[in-house]
Amino acid sequence: MPVIRTAEDGFDWRLRTPRAVLLRWVGWFALVALTVSCWQLMTADTIWSFVTDAPTQGADIVDRMMPPRWDYMAKLWWPLWDTINIATLGTLAAVIMGVPVAFLAARNTTPSVTLVRPVALLIIVSSRSINSLIWALLLVSILGPGVLAGIVAIALRSIGFIGKLLYEAIEEIDVTQVEAVTASGAGPTQVMDYAIVPQIMPAFAGITVFRWDINIRESAVVGLVGAGGLGLQLEASLNTLAWPQVSLILLVILATVLLSEWLSAKVRHAII
Amino acid sequence: MLLIKGLTKRYKTGDLALHDVDLEVPAGQVMGLIGPSGAGKSTLIRCINRLVEPTAGQISLKGQEVTGLGRAALRQTRRRMGMIFQEFALVERLTVMENVLSGRLGYVGFWRSFTRRFPPADVAKAFATLDRVGLLDHVDKRADALSGGQRQRVGIARALVQDPDMLLVDEPTASLDPKTSRQIMRLICEVCAERQLAAIVNIHDVNLAQMFVQRIVGLRQGRVVFDGAAQGLTPETLTLIYGEEDWSRSIRRDDDDDALATARTLHGEPVRERLAGLT
Repeated sequence: MPVIRTAEDGFDWRLRTPRAVLLRWVGWFALVALTVSCWQLMTADTIWSFVTDAPTQGADIVDRMMPPRWDYMAKLWWPLWDTINIATLGTLAAVIMGVPVAFLAARNTTPSVTLVRPVALLIIVSSRSINSLIWALLLVSILGPGVLAGIVAIALRSIGFIGKLLYEAIEEIDVTQVEAVTASGAGPTQVMDYAIVPQIMPAFAGITVFRWDINIRESAVVGLVGAGGLGLQLEASLNTLAWPQVSLILLVILATVLLSEWLSAKVRHAII
Repeated sequence: MLLIKGLTKRYKTGDLALHDVDLEVPAGQVMGLIGPSGAGKSTLIRCINRLVEPTAGQISLKGQEVTGLGRAALRQTRRRMGMIFQEFALVERLTVMENVLSGRLGYVGFWRSFTRRFPPADVAKAFATLDRVGLLDHVDKRADALSGGQRQRVGIARALVQDPDMLLVDEPTASLDPKTSRQIMRLICEVCAERQLAAIVNIHDVNLAQMFVQRIVGLRQGRVVFDGAAQGLTPETLTLIYGEEDWSRSIRRDDDDDALATARTLHGEPVRERLAGLT
């Protein structure tokens, strides 16, 4: 009751009651206390002599990385192409599998809220809960090392991402448009085609391009565990302490990500 | 044409939206349905084409039972009932033509509609209807590029292209300005007269209803409390429908514009303004 009656029969107004103010102070205090105790936990296991010479070590590695070994680029074109392919094909496969899952998971399009929807949600959650690097580790041991393992790893991780964001978009559509098309005597597939798909198209395009953009980054990493692409070269260079090669690879990844970011911004702008 | 007997709807929440409603709407009659918000006007309209499942009662269109139809038969019956919405309910990202042709979805198969290759007769019908509502210049525009009045005309064209026997009209003018509201109401009444369609029009504006419809049904808390000629509305009947209020002004005079024209209409001399922008 933030409205307070004053002595001379007027009203005073505060945003919060005194009790709410006190509770907020206690909340903030608990947060600060937690931060302090976490800091203590963290510093207990830190070997400070390593931390104090960190600037020297860092400078040493940067020194060894410079200059990048530019002629190594000749060996990077092919892995770079692999990386882009892993991302693109992985995204494509994820779209093909994720879109039906999204329709099954959305409350307003699922055939059964009690049976089908939980299964679809389980697929989405299990796909999202496992990082693509872990997927890649598993798949490399199942499918053997190579690009295929990378594609499947990226695809499996992306199903959940695309499925989740898309089913949220489906649940937010305007129902009167669906009513209008239904009222004309259209069948369920026609309702989907005429009333639902046009409404989620901008979201779908945005989600797909955004995921592709993320996948370019991730496909460079899944190579670290043997799933092909730039990561494979990175791992080889790191293992042989070939720092100039490492710096070149990092530069190439940076350039690729910049390019994909620019491209995805363009595409999103064009579609929406 | 349309016969409703003992229609009752109770929502899962326990709210009784309609209670034992009996109505008959003959061909060519435009019936205005008035009543306070929550009286069950939208529910009544949606029960007729079963966007809302009735709890009890019978509805029949041209002698054919609508309640209890299976899915395929229901789709065929929905084709004969055109629906017009308050917020137009056009599919915003589709073109005007696609929106109008979506009224033919009940007649064409999935693949034809998916590839947008409608039969030439359907396309010709869509063009003729767009011509009738005065939108022939906007065929290829996206629906979200149109003004409110134009969008509602697309909504009307979409309903008409179904070749319906009746129109279900839910608050057609609630989001339009007074002048456009009149044009839209006039258009709806004209096409109903031309094609001998029965129509139920949910409407909040009592004045507008009196100007255009022949018969008014008043709904209060899911029950029909008034059913009679539009001219028969008195302050007493409005109190019966809406509750206590000073009604004398809302029947005799129009507050927003040309009170004279309204007065002339009420004295039995219909005003035939030409539709601006309609040729």
